[in-house]
Amino acid sequence: MSLKRNIQDLRQRKIEVQKGGGDKAIEKQLAMGKLTARERILSILDPDSFHEYDMFVEHLARDFDMDKKILHGDGVITGTGTIHGSPVCIYAQDFTVAGGSLGLMHARKITKIMDHALKMRVPLIGINDSGGARIQEGVNSLAGYGEIFFRNTLASGVIPQLSVILGPCAGGAVYSPALTDFVFVVENISKMFITGPSVIKTVLGEEISMEALGGARVHCETAGNAHFYAKTELECFDQIKKLIELIPRNNTDKCVKVEPKEPLKKYKIEKIVPANARLPYDIKDIIRSIADNSEFFEVMELYAPNIVIGFGRMNGRTCGFVANQPKYLAGVLDCDSSDKAARFIRYCDSFNIPIITLEDMPGYLPGVDQEHMGVIRHGAKILYAYSEATVPKITVIIRKAYGGGYIAMNSRHLRADFVFAWPTAEIAVMGPEGAANIVFRKEIEEAADPEAMRKQKIEEYKEKFANPFVAAAQGYIDQVIEPAETRSMLLHALDVSENKSVSMPQKKHGIPPF
Amino acid sequence: MENIDEKDYGEYPTLLIGSGLYKTELTKKFENRAKWEVPDPRKIMAIIPGTILDVFVKSGQQVKKGETLLILEAMKMQNQIVMPFDGKIKKLHVAPDDIVKKLQLMVEIA
Repeated sequence: MSLKRNIQDLRQRKIEVQKGGGDKAIEKQLAMGKLTARERILSILDPDSFHEYDMFVEHLARDFDMDKKILHGDGVITGTGTIHGSPVCIYAQDFTVAGGSLGLMHARKITKIMDHALKMRVPLIGINDSGGARIQEGVNSLAGYGEIFFRNTLASGVIPQLSVILGPCAGGAVYSPALTDFVFVVENISKMFITGPSVIKTVLGEEISMEALGGARVHCETAGNAHFYAKTELECFDQIKKLIELIPRNNTDKCVKVEPKEPLKKYKIEKIVPANARLPYDIKDIIRSIADNSEFFEVMELYAPNIVIGFGRMNGRTCGFVANQPKYLAGVLDCDSSDKAARFIRYCDSFNIPIITLEDMPGYLPGVDQEHMGVIRHGAKILYAYSEATVPKITVIIRKAYGGGYIAMNSRHLRADFVFAWPTAEIAVMGPEGAANIVFRKEIEEAADPEAMRKQKIEEYKEKFANPFVAAAQGYIDQVIEPAETRSMLLHALDVSENKSVSMPQKKHGIPPF
Repeated sequence: MENIDEKDYGEYPTLLIGSGLYKTELTKKFENRAKWEVPDPRKIMAIIPGTILDVFVKSGQQVKKGETLLILEAMKMQNQIVMPFDGKIKKLHVAPDDIVKKLQLMVEIA
C-alpha cells in the first residue's frame, strides 16, 4: 500500500467512526430534540480546537453475540480543546452507539482523559447521555464506573470538574456528576435518578413521570443536585463557557484578570435597602451595584433562594459572593441554604477565589421539620467552611446579623479578614423583640400596661443595641461604612489581601459535618 | 433608603422568626414542608414502601407483645412487623398483596 492509499484508508476509517451509531440512530437523537455527542463538543469548544483521541477503541464484550457488533468509539468521544483559548479536557457519551451504555473500554477512554486532565491541571467537562451500565459486560461495567468515581474524587479541588447532563443519567452513573463541582441540566432533556419511574411503579405502585422524578427543574429546585438550569442545550453551553471564563484552571492557578469595569449607574446602592429591617429587597441588586459591570453569574439560582451564591468580578478579578436573600424566607439560614453556601465556600477556597459575604439575616429557620432534618449538622457546615477557608474573606453587614447566624456568616470570630458594617446594621444576640421580652420580662409582667411596657422596652433595646457600634466598640467590626463606600472599601480590602498567607494545623483532612 | 415604605409590601406573605414578623416571599419547598404530628404508638405505619405478603391477625384479636402481625416485603427483604405491646387489634387496614406507601397506616390497636 502506498502512503497515499494509507492516508486514504485512515481518512475512510475516521469517517466511519464519526458516523457514530449511524443515520437512523442520529435521526432518533435529533427527533428527541438533542444534539449529537460530536455537535455538543464542537459547540462548547472554540472553533477548530477539538482534538479527538481513542477513536479506534473497540469494545471487549464477547458474550451474548456482542463480539459481532461494532460500536464506534465504544459509545464515547474523548479529547482536548480550548474554551476562550484556555485548554480543557472533554468527553461526551454518544447515545446513538448502544445507547451510550458504559462498558469497560468506554470507561477506559473516560478515565484516560480524566487522568490527562489531572496531570495537565486543566478543567474536565463530562457530557452524560447514557442508558447506564452495559449489561452484556456485567461486572466490568461496574468496575468502569468505580474507576471514574475514584478519579472524580482525586481530581476534586485540584481541577474544576463540570458535568453536563444531556440525556438519561441513571443508576450508578449519577454518582460521577454528584462528585463533580458543577452540574448543568437542560429542561426536557436531562433525566437523572437512582431508580427510574418503571421500577418505582412495580415496587411501590407509585406513578410518576420521568420529568417529575428526575428532570432538570427538580434537580435544580428541589433536590439541589444540579447547579445550572437551561431551557436549551445552546443556553447550557453558554453557561459552561461563561463559568470556564470566570474560574481558574486549577488550584494553583489564579483567575484571569480582565479589564475592570465600573458597575452600571442604574444600580443605586443607597436606594435598594428599606430601613425597616422587616421589609424585603433583592440582595442581587446590591451585588450588581458592587460588582464590575454589574455582572453576577449566579450558581444554584433555583435552590434554597434564601441564600445567593455566585461569581462576579471586582477590579477585573473573580470573587465568590455569598449573600443572604431577604426576598426569600427573610434570608434565614436553614438546612438547604447552609449546604448550598458551605459547598460554594469550599469551592472558592479550593480554587483561590476571594469570598465576599453580604449579610442580612434574622437567624436560623425555626421549625420541627428543620430540627428533625438536622439543621444543627447542616448549619455547622457553614461555620466549618468559613473557618477552614484561607482565601481572603470579607464581610459586609447590611442590616440584620442576629445570634448564631451572625457568627456563621463569616464573622471576625471565624477569622474574617475584614468586616464592614453599614450604619443600618444590627449586630445582636437576637432580634430586639425577642431580646426585650427576655431581658425585661419582669418589668413587662409587673407593669400596669404590659403591652405598652413591652413596646417601650423594645424601643429601648433597639436604641441601645440594634446598631453596629456595640460590635464596633469591641473591634468585631473593622469599620462602619456608608453604603456608597462599599465597592471602594471592598476593592481596597481585596488589594491588601492579594498575598494573604495563613497556615493551618497539619492534618490529613478535617471531618466536616457532612 | 427613606423612600421605601411598609405599605409597598401589603401583598407580601409574612414569616415569623424569633419574635419578629418579616415580609418575605416563601419557597415551594417551605410551603410543602411536612407538618409535625405527635406519633401515635397505637397506629402501626409502614416503615418503608412495599407489598404486604401475609397478615397473621384479625381485627378484635388479642395479641401479645412481640407477635408477628404481618410481613411487609420491601427491597427484596421480608420485614416482620411485630406487636409493640400487649393489646387488641382494633382494625386492619391492609390485606395480602396490598402495596403500601411509606407511613401508610397498616394496623390500629385498640
